[in-house]
Amino acid sequence: MATSLPKVDVVIVGLGWTGGIIAAECAKAGLKVIGLERGRKRGTEDYQKIHDEYRYAVRYELMQDLAKETITIRNNRKMPALPMRQLSSFLLGEGLGGSGTHWNGHTWRFYPYDFQIKTMTDAKYGPNKLSSDYLIQDWGVTYDELEPYFYKYDQTAGISGEDKNPFWGKRAQDFPTPPMKKTPILKKFEGATKSLGYSPFMLPSANLSEAYTNPDGEFINACQYCGFCERFGCEYGAKTSPEITVIPTAMKTGKFEARFHANVLEVIKSGNKVTGVKYLDTESGEEFIQEAEVVVLASYVMNNAKLLMVSNIGEQYDPETGKGTLGKNYCYQILPGATGYFEDQMNTFMGAGALGMSIDDYNADNFDHSDLDFIHGGSISITQTGFRPIETNPIQRGTPTWGAEFKKNSIYNYTRTLSVGAQGASMPHKENYLSLDSKYKDAYGVPLLQMTYNFTDQDRALHKYITEISTNIMKEMGAKTVEGKDVITDYDIVGYQTTHNTGGTIMGASPENSVVNPFLQHWDAENLFVVGAGNFPHNGGYNPTGTVAALAYKSAEGIIKYSKSGGSLV
Amino acid sequence: MTEKPKNYSRRDFLKTTGIATGALIGGGLIGGLVGLNANKTDQNVADTGNTHHEMATNQGFQFFQTQREFDVLSNATERILPKDDLGPGAIDLGVAYFIDRQLAAQYGSNTKEYMHGPFAVGAKTQGYQSRLTRASIFRQGIAKLEDEANNRFDKGFSDLEAEQMDEILTAFQNDEIAMTGVTSAFFFRLLRTATLEGAYADPMYGGNRNMEGWKMKEFPGHQMAYIDVIEKDKFQKIEPKSLGGM
Ligand SMILES: Cc1cc2nc3c(=O)[nH]c(=O)nc-3n(C[C@H](O)[C@H](O)[C@H](O)COP(=O)(O)OP(=O)(O)OC[C@H]3O[C@@H](n4cnc5c(N)ncnc54)[C@H](O)[C@@H]3O)c2cc1C
Ligand code: SF4
Repeated sequence: MATSLPKVDVVIVGLGWTGGIIAAECAKAGLKVIGLERGRKRGTEDYQKIHDEYRYAVRYELMQDLAKETITIRNNRKMPALPMRQLSSFLLGEGLGGSGTHWNGHTWRFYPYDFQIKTMTDAKYGPNKLSSDYLIQDWGVTYDELEPYFYKYDQTAGISGEDKNPFWGKRAQDFPTPPMKKTPILKKFEGATKSLGYSPFMLPSANLSEAYTNPDGEFINACQYCGFCERFGCEYGAKTSPEITVIPTAMKTGKFEARFHANVLEVIKSGNKVTGVKYLDTESGEEFIQEAEVVVLASYVMNNAKLLMVSNIGEQYDPETGKGTLGKNYCYQILPGATGYFEDQMNTFMGAGALGMSIDDYNADNFDHSDLDFIHGGSISITQTGFRPIETNPIQRGTPTWGAEFKKNSIYNYTRTLSVGAQGASMPHKENYLSLDSKYKDAYGVPLLQMTYNFTDQDRALHKYITEISTNIMKEMGAKTVEGKDVITDYDIVGYQTTHNTGGTIMGASPENSVVNPFLQHWDAENLFVVGAGNFPHNGGYNPTGTVAALAYKSAEGIIKYSKSGGSLV
Repeated sequence: MTEKPKNYSRRDFLKTTGIATGALIGGGLIGGLVGLNANKTDQNVADTGNTHHEMATNQGFQFFQTQREFDVLSNATERILPKDDLGPGAIDLGVAYFIDRQLAAQYGSNTKEYMHGPFAVGAKTQGYQSRLTRASIFRQGIAKLEDEANNRFDKGFSDLEAEQMDEILTAFQNDEIAMTGVTSAFFFRLLRTATLEGAYADPMYGGNRNMEGWKMKEFPGHQMAYIDVIEKDKFQKIEPKSLGGM
């Protein structure tokens, strides 16, 4: 029997970026908040010995323990789904800060076009630009409505950047801190893209260019360009993460309590409301019910969808009939690009997670798609993140993958190879979705989440197109040999791609086509909020977190309002 | 020492130069030698390095039980990352010791992986689906390397010529060898990846001896900051630093 715990105003499941933002905002507003996190407590003091590629980048020290829980995967409905037995294609977070501890820090705002993609595509290209198998839809919120929340996140995180991109949505204020250092590698990209007629600018970064104190009084250090950023915590407290910003802000109020090793198993629903969550203390083995006026799911795309499914909240999407919204519009991302092999040695081992330059000439609808068989595009960037030796063994096509020639080639190229690459937008398709697995269970006996996913024709066309552009840029950068990425065929779970999973708990203006409303309030349970990239009805040409955070701020505002007046926020 | 090394030429060379003894006692055999370029002999590419039994006994095993399996592994890793004029190969870097320790730890028993059944073969796109742990896969793979050497050449794997070892490893890579519960291609990938990990992980894990892996690649290891040099045009040669021991 689970022990019931006294009711609080808000209970949050998961303490990554989204959980942290909601915790800070609600606690500042005077609400009594509890955060349940299944991983452990951690902070900057734990990252002193972090420059260890093997433990942190290769063996995934900071990430989800798949022995306890994973997902199952298949490319299409005809295949039996099998468990993702080890991490690879994407990396799931666990512990205080979630993936926000070991992210890179690229911080973007999705385009005005993204939020109204259906309306704008139809208006410009007619209603049949994509076949009806693609389920694009507006998000129920516009860029202009989100702008203040975007800025709030910029300020909280102290984002470093320059407002020089001629394409992106209007910023009411410039970045809180100046851009990062422009290194010789970045300058090569800048020169090449300028001479091709594009508009390069410094990538907006949460690795801060200078020390900064945010409006909540939290201090973030200046980045040291140590080259151990993505997959690592920052030992300087210079990469903005939840455990150095929003979590301490929530703590300072005295209204917030974090409980660790607390694995939430179920959301409890009664009528058109939820009453709390059931969780397991994974250390003591005891089960508890935490009652709350408001329940917030902030446990990432996969766990948010799974918790709704196992708790029977909302209608599961069925690709056969097109009915149901839960699990619908799962999207990933595609990574076109090109690699160049140079003659001169470069300091490729130095860098920072978000040290880079980009062009957006081929992102969103910034170029004409009339004669193209796809919509959207991707931000094309060069990043200097710091190549590490185990995972960076660049060899030219045709070189053996082991033996004497491999050794010579991989060592020679280690300091002579650069890549430009894009985050290609991904459009929802009726056959790509999330559901519950009927066979495999997690360590607590709960079914695993099942992913049915493959790349679509739209993805393949976009990939090919942007790869050609990336190849031209790399040639212009002066590489001796340039190799564009291979065309993509089927999605493969092996090999890191990106942790930019989206969809499954999508937002929208109507319960007909979405799981949550624009405040991320569940259509079927007014005191349940579901927050994360799962809310995206499609995936854009950028990393997600800037947009996720803006939506979380908007949702927090909604939760505070709901706590006072109740009812639907729309 | 159960195996008879194939040829004594290199060890004899070391002995006669008088370098080996001191270095052996200090445990820094390889680093010292490489630094001095003392082992730049003509046959150093073909030399699979099976003259290092002394070191083996010095260091001990955490996972392997026999010298024979350890030697098979050592020689296989050396073929993946052989010694050449750039620097040491897998054996001199201590890669097999690295793998031995890893197999005895979390890595070997797949403690952070989902290992519940039912197990099915699945499509290539669905990734690793074996019920076997990495420890079992290595143990079986090494036995199969030895079997294959006996079948093809009537010799143990460690007694083969370099080209013969390559022929067998290629057959594993191309999935031509029958294994139980796992494909030989998967075992080969695991072996290749573990070799690179052992060559380039921080030396505290037992490989990358004396940071020679990093030195070859000109990777400076654990540096606190590059803020003062990152804008420089010139390539920066920086003496590497390790987090822990050597
Ligand atoms: C290696 C890597 C690099 C990245 N780089 C970038 C980047 O440069 N730019 C960018 O925009 N994005 C990046 N991302 C993505 C970014 O990290 C995520 O978008 C963001 O952290 C998501 O925040 P979240 O709060 O939704 O989820 P998470 O950070 O995943 O937090 C969810 C938390 O919920 C907890 N949890 C899950 N299930 C339960 C349960 N049942 N009970 C209790 N707790 C639970 C988890 O333990 C976790 O701590 C990167 C991600 C990775 C992995
Ligand atoms: S590169 Fe900068 S932000 Fe990243 S870990 Fe190093 S110091 Fe921190």
